[in-house]
Amino acid sequence: MEFSTFLIQLLNGVQYGLLLFLVSSGLTLVFGIMGIINIAHGSFYMVGAYLAWSLTGAIGNFWLALPAGIVISVLIGMLLEWLVIRWLYHRDHLYQVLLTYGLILVVEELRSVLWGDDVRGVDIPKILSASIPLTENQSYPVYRLWISAVCLLVAGLMYWVIQKTRLGMMIRAGASNREMVQSLGINIQVVYRVVFAAGLTLAALAGMIAAPVSAVFPGMGNHVLIVCFVVVVIGGMGSVKGALIASLLIGLVDTFGKVVTLAIGGFKVLPELSSMTVYVLMAAILLWRPEGLFGKRL
Amino acid sequence: MSEATLADAPLIDARGLHTYYGASHILHGVDFTIRRGESVGLMGRNGMGKSTLLKTMLGLVRARSGSVRVNGRDVTSAAPHRIARTGIAYVPEGRGIFPNLSVRENLLMAARAGTDGRRDWTLERVLKTFPRLAERMTHGGAELSGGEQQMLTIGRALLTNPDLLILDEATEGLAPLIAREIMRILGTVKASGIATVIVDKNFQAVNAITDRNVILVKGEVVYSGPADELRARPEVHLRYLGV
Repeated sequence: MEFSTFLIQLLNGVQYGLLLFLVSSGLTLVFGIMGIINIAHGSFYMVGAYLAWSLTGAIGNFWLALPAGIVISVLIGMLLEWLVIRWLYHRDHLYQVLLTYGLILVVEELRSVLWGDDVRGVDIPKILSASIPLTENQSYPVYRLWISAVCLLVAGLMYWVIQKTRLGMMIRAGASNREMVQSLGINIQVVYRVVFAAGLTLAALAGMIAAPVSAVFPGMGNHVLIVCFVVVVIGGMGSVKGALIASLLIGLVDTFGKVVTLAIGGFKVLPELSSMTVYVLMAAILLWRPEGLFGKRL
Repeated sequence: MSEATLADAPLIDARGLHTYYGASHILHGVDFTIRRGESVGLMGRNGMGKSTLLKTMLGLVRARSGSVRVNGRDVTSAAPHRIARTGIAYVPEGRGIFPNLSVRENLLMAARAGTDGRRDWTLERVLKTFPRLAERMTHGGAELSGGEQQMLTIGRALLTNPDLLILDEATEGLAPLIAREIMRILGTVKASGIATVIVDKNFQAVNAITDRNVILVKGEVVYSGPADELRARPEVHLRYLGV
């Protein structure tokens, strides 16, 4: 493989990984802090993409659509926590899976009513539409670099909020002892509402910034959801750091699995079986560490 | 109710509390009162309902009947964080520190001014009271010894500048020297005007601090009287607390 090709695939892998991190960090936060398994998480990735499409159309400007979409996502998150999620805190994971599966159906139906069933596209904003030439006939799109930068920025912001602010202390304390947090005069319900809204918004934001490079289509969250669960399981349920490492690992393995040629005993394993690489990786890591890379020891 | 009577109202006034855990009837009509600045020892053998009474007053367990008033206001069905915000701090059995937070974070996460806006207890004062914590500010909560964890929980409670500090088995499992140190500090907390409810196996150490003692047997108050009275009546002690 030529160096320029390698560099492009490396950047693609990192960008895909960071985008996965954006989605899966929300999933793992909501699980780690609130104990909620939200299988509707991928649906909000789709909602984000459709928000980017419809708001860019309505406002006529991607840069205004983005903050508007974030505000709408936060509001949706707070509403859903109040309406649906808060009834699940004292329930078994089975109820959580059933109810959030129901949410997937409701969201798909609402999407169909509001935005229709057509495949849509969002234009790359002009200012980022350039490409950086690498060789005579290879270049790398600036927009993809921007996606990576946004993801890193959000990761840094999350680290700061969780590790350095008082809200972060309350969030972490709530993950370890809910009753004690309440007895200290902190409204854990509000903390949970904030966490759920943040988790949902992370997924939606990922959908929004991914929209210009991927198509916007019904059910687009389903594949993302499955890969995100792989990320969360590999990284360790509830660990944001684990989600970051696992996302990058999967981004790179998945990307290179599609371009590297690997033959074992005359049988071409890659790229023929590239769709399996992330699952093989997950199985291997779980055999080695059943709790995931950064999970609590089982 | 007028403001004057509200000010005269007890800090906590619990009436006729009946609390259940599932089908088991734990509290059988308990009345319990704490006045401002008062220190009350809550006594009784294991399983007599002491912790349940505390948790019922804190809103962590719901009474099936009866009422809890704080400063004259009904909080019987208020959320636990609202009850805490009326100026009640709780040091639970088993301590309830946050192992995933550092000592500094454990102390500061809930720090706030008291109900009347005073900030008598600051981080500096807590660290002066518990110098051992000052050396361990960046350690994780789980890395502390039992005694240090207990100091951390008490320090954290004091940083909410409470009117009332409730301690459930604060010296359980601690070395005698550390237990004595904690009791001494509880004495200074009481002297600073904060009311206390103390549940502790060490009857004599509690009695030396408290103004009044209440004994629970099978979820009922069987005795309530001033501290010196219980000291003078060893038969009460023997009958309800002896093992």
